[in-house]
Amino acid sequence: MSLDPVTLAVLKGRLEQIADEMDATLFRSAFNPIIAEAHDASHGIYHAETGETLVQGKSGLPIFVGVMAFGVKAVIDKAARDGGPADGDVWIFNDPYDGGTHLSDLRLVRPYFRDGQVFCWLASVGHWHDVGGNVPGNYNPAATECFQEGVLIPPVKLYDRGDYRQDVVDILMANSRLPGSAYGDLNGQINALDLGVKRMDALLGEYGDDTVAGALGELKARAAQLMRAEIAALPDGTVSAEDWLDNDGTVDRPLKVALDLTIDGDRMVMDFTRSAPSCRGPVNISRSTTIAACYVALKHVFGDVPANAGVLEPIEFRIAEGSILAAEAPKPVGGYTETILRLIDLVFQTVAQIAPERSNGCAYGTINALSIAGHRQDGRRWVMFSFFGGGHGGHPQGDGLNHGNAPISTATIPPLEILEAAYPVKFTQWALRPDSGGQGRHRGGLGAIYEIELLEEEATCFLFGDRGKFPPRGVVGGGDAAMTRFTFPRPDGPTHPPMASKIVDVPLKRGDRVRLETPGGGGYGDPADRPGEAWDHDQALGYVSRSR
Amino acid sequence: MTGRYVIGVDVGGTFTDIFVWDEVAGAVRTGKVPSTKEDQSQGFIQGIAAQIGDMADIATVIHGTTVGTNALLERKGAKTGLITSAGFGDVLEMRRRDRPRTWGLWGQFEPVISRDLRWEIPERTHADGTVHTAINPESVADAAAILRDTGCQAVCVFFINSYANAANEAAAAEAVRAVWPNAYVTVSTEIIPEIREFERASTAALNAYLQPVVSSYLDRLEGALAGRGADGDVLIVQSNGGVMAVETAKRFPVRTALSGPAAGVIAARSIAKAAGFENVITCDMGGTSFDVSLIADGEAALAAQTAIDFGMAVRTPMIEITTIGAGGGSIAWVDAGGILQVGPESAGSDPGPACYGLGNDRPTVTDANLVLGRINADRPIGGKLDRLDVAAAEAAIRTHIAEPLGLDPLDAAEAVLRVANAKMAGAIRLVSIERGHDPAKFAAMPFGGSGALHAGALMHDVGLGAALVPRFPGVTSALGCVVADMRHDRVQTVNRLLGDLDCAALEFEMRAVAEETEALLGRAGVGFERIDQHFELDMLYLGQTHTVAVPLSLDGPLSPDAVQKAFDSAYLRAYGRLLKAIPARVLNYRVSVTGRRPHFDMRVFAPPEGRVENCQRGTRQIRFDGADMSAPVYERLDLPEGAAIPGPALLEQPDTTIFIDPGLVGRIDRFGNITITRGDADAAD
Repeated sequence: MSLDPVTLAVLKGRLEQIADEMDATLFRSAFNPIIAEAHDASHGIYHAETGETLVQGKSGLPIFVGVMAFGVKAVIDKAARDGGPADGDVWIFNDPYDGGTHLSDLRLVRPYFRDGQVFCWLASVGHWHDVGGNVPGNYNPAATECFQEGVLIPPVKLYDRGDYRQDVVDILMANSRLPGSAYGDLNGQINALDLGVKRMDALLGEYGDDTVAGALGELKARAAQLMRAEIAALPDGTVSAEDWLDNDGTVDRPLKVALDLTIDGDRMVMDFTRSAPSCRGPVNISRSTTIAACYVALKHVFGDVPANAGVLEPIEFRIAEGSILAAEAPKPVGGYTETILRLIDLVFQTVAQIAPERSNGCAYGTINALSIAGHRQDGRRWVMFSFFGGGHGGHPQGDGLNHGNAPISTATIPPLEILEAAYPVKFTQWALRPDSGGQGRHRGGLGAIYEIELLEEEATCFLFGDRGKFPPRGVVGGGDAAMTRFTFPRPDGPTHPPMASKIVDVPLKRGDRVRLETPGGGGYGDPADRPGEAWDHDQALGYVSRSR
Repeated sequence: MTGRYVIGVDVGGTFTDIFVWDEVAGAVRTGKVPSTKEDQSQGFIQGIAAQIGDMADIATVIHGTTVGTNALLERKGAKTGLITSAGFGDVLEMRRRDRPRTWGLWGQFEPVISRDLRWEIPERTHADGTVHTAINPESVADAAAILRDTGCQAVCVFFINSYANAANEAAAAEAVRAVWPNAYVTVSTEIIPEIREFERASTAALNAYLQPVVSSYLDRLEGALAGRGADGDVLIVQSNGGVMAVETAKRFPVRTALSGPAAGVIAARSIAKAAGFENVITCDMGGTSFDVSLIADGEAALAAQTAIDFGMAVRTPMIEITTIGAGGGSIAWVDAGGILQVGPESAGSDPGPACYGLGNDRPTVTDANLVLGRINADRPIGGKLDRLDVAAAEAAIRTHIAEPLGLDPLDAAEAVLRVANAKMAGAIRLVSIERGHDPAKFAAMPFGGSGALHAGALMHDVGLGAALVPRFPGVTSALGCVVADMRHDRVQTVNRLLGDLDCAALEFEMRAVAEETEALLGRAGVGFERIDQHFELDMLYLGQTHTVAVPLSLDGPLSPDAVQKAFDSAYLRAYGRLLKAIPARVLNYRVSVTGRRPHFDMRVFAPPEGRVENCQRGTRQIRFDGADMSAPVYERLDLPEGAAIPGPALLEQPDTTIFIDPGLVGRIDRFGNITITRGDADAAD
């Protein structure tokens, strides 16, 4: 059916609001700070047969926005094998090879029925605090199989025709070091899906099923049209960039990721076939995650394109089987964040070559997952786990943002006072890191220094990061940023991890301090074009310690 | 106090509105003068002088000010220094590791205190409140002397974990004052002794940054009033909707961050209450934005925190105002995907809509209203122009909307309104349906220049029960100043499991804080009808980080059972299911004390007597829902009580135009308000 442009515009807003509201419900009621504070979650509405993204909220984790469609498709296929979905069913899973990301991300997928037919699917994904495996918090840089990263859940029914499967919940809780937190997050996700159903009922009641279905189809077509217009505005040709991951956490060898980007009229080819083969350690990602990462990068460059499947229509992906970007079970994938951040860096570097006015220096390029865990005097286990920030790249409008969040997320960092109140640690420094931004006409933003002292008898520390051997790149002649540096005590003095940015089982005693210095952002434009006053200002404020 | 006048003054970006209540005569007067941007106190005094002869007759002046807001937005506060814990000088600049927008990484942020003015000194308090390193007064004094000598006017003292023990901050403040006698010393725990270092540091830093600016403004104001013989009280409207004494405002200027808009909401609450509406959604539509707030059961919803701009967090209770970019000046456009959009770009009031003829040729919401006959081209509001250019508005719509979408220009104008209305409806849903309120029980209360044109559409889109248009929508905020109560909020972090909490001690402490706050009210020299105390806990399950507000009744002694019960019911209301076997934690307690100021009788707005027929000023051709029709035009302020005007109809007055949609009826009540309801409600009358 054809839909008038006005109703379409109105329905677009209403549908986005439903997804936003589902996000907000989970953020407010989640237990673990990775969802509640870092907003590591997402919700959306998906196509009844294909699982394609129809509508996404504006507040969810950007990387999930791209990958959820594959998760819904995995459930659709599973349901088909099991005799089809029924009203009141809800599936739960975290299989990273079939529509997931890494094991910490639990997905709940629910069919939304109208008149006995699936009208669309609703889904919720959130990062749980702990799902078992060898390392509290599940960022295990030494994993060589996914079994060391946590418990793997294929799509199983959490609700069967509305009946809550306590046995499934029991299995999930028994496999977490923090079952209370997991239980709270699970309930938050159920709340969000309930709300989505309620809001869809109201919307369809008001506009009629056909009108809404028509709008959903039309919105996808419009998104494709918009994306084609953006691509067509870029000059034709092929540009290339290569970048590196430090290592995979188990073998200390750099891993190449490469992108050859071709613009041909209103079509784009993203060719990653020159990237490294899959590796032993946990920085592999699945093909669907690779595509999702590209989606995030393109949304950063072309901010106006809507969040639905239409955006990917004019794009052809070339990803080699058996490569680090097309992982298959049981290759470990826990550190998927590092690899997708590198893909985003590649997009910024290639776009800068054909459209410098649309790009920016690379951001700090690592999630820097640092955890410290132990037992209190009374025997209770504690796990402090957080992602730490760094600088954003210089850009056409000015210097990069100091201490920003990773491009794949909109996460905020928990207040250090909350961390100190909850865990036996004390921060001794929480500061900007001078000289960490790449030089340029517009300087990269500064990374940070976090220094943490242990207040309990003993604990163990883990770091999963990157950019310890290859700095975040500048673009359009801008300089590179400072690299990650992690320092921890050893009997013969402070030292750094052999793998630069990844280490497990660092033993700590009371009074020991670990120090994480994070990268800044890459510069934008030739440093020779930076005005003298800007150099003087940087020195006066101590952003830069040396003179020009 | 001998004066007879209570005067509300709201200084906005364009106009300074004056509302005079003559308590002796029981009459009101309103006035409008141009705002004086350089020194707002001049317009303030001129506005009052235009209304009353002898300023000695003033009992009280209540002021809603944007001096603080503007200083923050334009970064025109004082040069300010920071003295803080060693290792943490960058907290203000690092924020909570966020970015301005989800998509696109082109952010920038400059804190109000630059890095060279932030001094770290050795000191440390642990999370449990024990002082690990006490301050050395000499190192504080040295830092203070350097800041003083660099030309700082104000200084902020902020230490890590001071919410758990304020001793180091207090000692440091004393050391600062010893070498630098300065009224502008802000101590973070005196602003909010609440956990979360960035939010506390930001609020305190903004307070210090504002203190010299707001204080000198208020000094000028008091001086100018005194110079003209006025010796009445001066009160300032806070962001929480209550008023405070001038002295308090000078100490806590950050509490004025949303002073102006808060006054409008307070007025709406009083008008609605008098008219019999306990549940109202205020819709303030100006040139560039649409501000919405919710009043449920007669109380305005408060937010614990807001950001004035990226990275400028203010954590003090404020009236929750949701703003979207949809005003009369919002520009309509068609995106590359062929979807009609309205805003967020706005033509503002200069150059303004295409029909102003001042240089903008892209269509705005006002242009659509004009083309559809909703606005009188010969009677523009605001008094800036003599007439509006209908042809220019139509050309803008034809070129930018009608042709790209293949629509007739009038259909295109209606489409612009539908999309704009849908955006506004979304903002209303956000504060109502999304918070679990049933819109059918709420009335829209439009104010500002353009709100009343859209009231019917909003009723329809959101399912609101009614709309209520006050008699003077253009001076609502000034009226709000006159009717606002005096209110102070206090907070303290507790951070204990309910099981470990000494409820008796907590109750004792909360009562003591309430008494202390009540004494502060008493010192303001204002008469109250009564004083209300309100107690609340911020609670959560162990492991969560977001709290729910748990109102407490202190009628009986406070017990763990009573607190648990109160938490359960608050949590259930918020999320619909309780979590078994997980212990609850008390993060903060909050105490608010409200002095209810004397009742203002809304009957001063009673409409004149007369006959409806005599109020009609001809008819206008309009387009509604694809149909051309003729709508009678009325002089709104002349309409008598009880008049019932069926839609379609246009009601004009100097500061706004009201459109009554076909199928709706507008009725004049005894307070001069117009209540708009669905036509089928007739039978119920």
